Amino acid sequence: MWEAIKRWFDPAEARAVGETPDYRFSLANERTFLAWLRTALALVGGGLAAAQFLPPLPMGHLREVIAIALLLLGGIVAVRAVDHWARTERAIRLGAELPASRFPAVLALTVGAGALLLVVAVLVRAVGAG
Amino acid sequence: MSAGRDPGLQPERTRLAWRRTLLALTVVTVLAVRLGSTGGPVGTLASGVAVLLWGAALVLCWSRGTGTGPARTGGRTLPLVAFGTVGLALLGALLVMSGLW
Repeated sequence: MWEAIKRWFDPAEARAVGETPDYRFSLANERTFLAWLRTALALVGGGLAAAQFLPPLPMGHLREVIAIALLLLGGIVAVRAVDHWARTERAIRLGAELPASRFPAVLALTVGAGALLLVVAVLVRAVGAG
Repeated sequence: MSAGRDPGLQPERTRLAWRRTLLALTVVTVLAVRLGSTGGPVGTLASGVAVLLWGAALVLCWSRGTGTGPARTGGRTLPLVAFGTVGLALLGALLVMSGLW
C-alpha cells in the first residue's frame, strides 16, 4: 500500500513505464480525476454544511453522525480518485485495458441508501408529530 | 489546424476543470472557517489550518488553471491537492467531534 502511495508522488516513475500517450488521453484522465475531486469536495462541503446548518437532531447525535459520514465519504472519494487516476495513466501508457471499478456503483448505492434512511426518518417524525 | 489534433480545446477544458475545482475548494474552505469560528480555540486553530491548506492549493494549482498554450499534465500536484481535500475532511470531522464534548 505504501508503495502505491509513494508511486503517486513520483512522476518520474510513472513516466518510466510504457510509452508517452497522445496528450489528449492524459488530459482527459486528469479531467476525470478533477471531476471526482469535485465530487469529494461536494461531499466534504455537505458534511461541513450539515454540521452547522442542521438543527441539533433528537436521535443520538444524528446531525453529527450525518456530518462525519459525509466527511469520511468525501475523504475516501478523494483518495480513490488519485488511485484510479494513477492506475488509468499506467494502463494508457502500457496500452492495456483501463482499470474496471465497482466504486461508482458502491458510492451511488451508499448515497442512495443514506438518502432513503433520511426520508424514512423524516416520515417517522412527521407521523409522530401529527 | 492540423487534422486529427485539437491543440486548443483539450488544454482549455482541462484549465477550466482546474478552475472549477479550485472554486469548489474555496467554497469548502469558507464552510470550514465558518464552522471553526463557532468552536473555541480548537475551531480557531482548525480554521487557520484550513486557510493555510487553501492557500497552499491555490499556489500549487494556479499555473494549472491559467495561461495559454500546451497544458502540463499529471505530476505531484494531483495527489497533493487530493490529500489536501482529505485534510479538510479530517479537520471537519475533528471540529464536529470537538463540538460533542
